[in-house]
Amino acid sequence: MISEEQVRHVADLARLGLTDEEVSKMRDQLGVILESIEKISELDLEGVPPTANPLNLTNVLRPDTPREPLPREEALRVAPEVMDNMFAVPRID
Amino acid sequence: METRERKKTYQAVIGLEFHVHLATETKMFCGCRVTYGEEPNTQVCPVCLGHPGALPVINERAVELAVMAGLAMGCEVAPRSVFARKNYFYPDLPKGYQISQYEEPLCTGGYLEVPTSEGTLRVGITRLHLEEDAAKNVHVGESGRMHGSVGSLVDFNRGGTPLIEIVTEPDIPSPEAARATANQLKSILRAVGVSEADMEKGQMRCDANVSIRNPDGSFGTKTELKNMNSFRFVERGLTRELERQMALLESGGRVEQTTLHYDPDDDEVHELRSKEYAHDYRYFPEPDLLPLELSGAWVEEIRSRLPELPEQMKSRFMESYGLSEYDARVLTSSRELAEYYERVAAETDPKQAASWVSVELLGRLNDAGLGISDSRVTPEHLVEIIELVRSRTISRTAAKEVLDQVFKTGDRPSDVVEREGLKGLGEDELSGIVEQVIAENPEPAAKVRGGDQKVVGFLVGQVMRATRGQADGGEVRRIILEKLQS
Ligand SMILES: [Zn+2]
Repeated sequence: MISEEQVRHVADLARLGLTDEEVSKMRDQLGVILESIEKISELDLEGVPPTANPLNLTNVLRPDTPREPLPREEALRVAPEVMDNMFAVPRID
Repeated sequence: METRERKKTYQAVIGLEFHVHLATETKMFCGCRVTYGEEPNTQVCPVCLGHPGALPVINERAVELAVMAGLAMGCEVAPRSVFARKNYFYPDLPKGYQISQYEEPLCTGGYLEVPTSEGTLRVGITRLHLEEDAAKNVHVGESGRMHGSVGSLVDFNRGGTPLIEIVTEPDIPSPEAARATANQLKSILRAVGVSEADMEKGQMRCDANVSIRNPDGSFGTKTELKNMNSFRFVERGLTRELERQMALLESGGRVEQTTLHYDPDDDEVHELRSKEYAHDYRYFPEPDLLPLELSGAWVEEIRSRLPELPEQMKSRFMESYGLSEYDARVLTSSRELAEYYERVAAETDPKQAASWVSVELLGRLNDAGLGISDSRVTPEHLVEIIELVRSRTISRTAAKEVLDQVFKTGDRPSDVVEREGLKGLGEDELSGIVEQVIAENPEPAAKVRGGDQKVVGFLVGQVMRATRGQADGGEVRRIILEKLQS
């Protein structure tokens, strides 16, 4: 199980503001997910390497060949604000 | 005196962490070019801007260069390595995570051999892994420094540049040695062609973990010193931080674990505002990328293409040319110089070649503030000078004069000898002069006849003076002894 305190910590790390009600709801939902995953630990997994990807592929690489970049106007179109052709963002604390 | 006392009691323990740009044409996970000083946001695409749905693909050349760097430092290349997400929020990181490596890095367990004033220092390499660089923040505000900023402007051209992170063991005992370590790393990376590693251009950055060993030998609390962006600042920043820690300890205080940065403007270390969750990165395997599985054969093929490293070249020079470690180190200090020396050594006596290149030629170049590539004296010129001495056509003293001339004019040594009349004396002529000197100095001559070796030098000096340095000292001595003692 996961505590409300842990939910608040994770939410904080993700920069999410949760109400008390949402914290308790998330605790329940995350709890269910963790429980399902817990089931795996019932198996004997001695010597089985962790699986991070279901695809049986490795070494998917590309050659070091340049491709056309986005036109700058296109790139900056999604910026909250533009200054000197750069993405302007609020001060960092 | 006081500082010396301190150094005895307090032993610094330093580990370094380097971030080095790889010399690829394109970024780590997209085809945007790696550039320096381009107009902002002109080398960007959905991948390096972190647009939703854009997928990264690993740059093969970056893997190759990282493996080359690892092999050059004697690392073990992992048969399997995995990329991971390092999660944190910062405007220079558009995805909210940096693609890096964590539990399964590309390389582990190598070392650097660092020449220092106290001999060779072996610095262990803990790990070397691949990752992407962040974008560049330009802080607008009072001083340009972060805490005074009113806002930030982000240029994503640098975002996604292939990086290797290299972490050393805490094997470094002083700020000077830390600087030497950084220098050695740079020269190896450049020799192998992995990176230009120009700190001024931001192609190589250095962080440090610093602590002072407790009197009982255990490690003290370490602090982290961030982003020292020149070799000088590595040394200076570490010096200032160690002074700060020593002052704390001496006044009975304690060192707190913290992150600092060195500001060259006021020559002080400053604590960075603590980012609350700075070390809670929640690494997990990057689901958008598949593992790397590098075959032993592929790694060996890369190894076979590695150019000779400075250390290997030094050993080879000692072995095949019979040079001292000192000479071998001087002559392999740059690839150009080593090549120059080898061209000379191939055509004449290698030891003579070493002395003429490292003492005579380098001395003149240093005095003139020139490098070996500026030298008007070609390897062929130097071979000719050495051979003129070996064949006793000119004396060593005259040869230095010839070198002076060739150094200035680039003329052929034999032409200079002809023009300046520096040709040594023939055996008969020299013999005549020796006889004359003996006749003019009957007392010393008698002593030599009587077996007194000490006065031979005096007679040699007289002959040298009479020949205005055109004779060879050894030769003159031989003739004198022949005449007086046989
Ligand atoms: Zn891109």
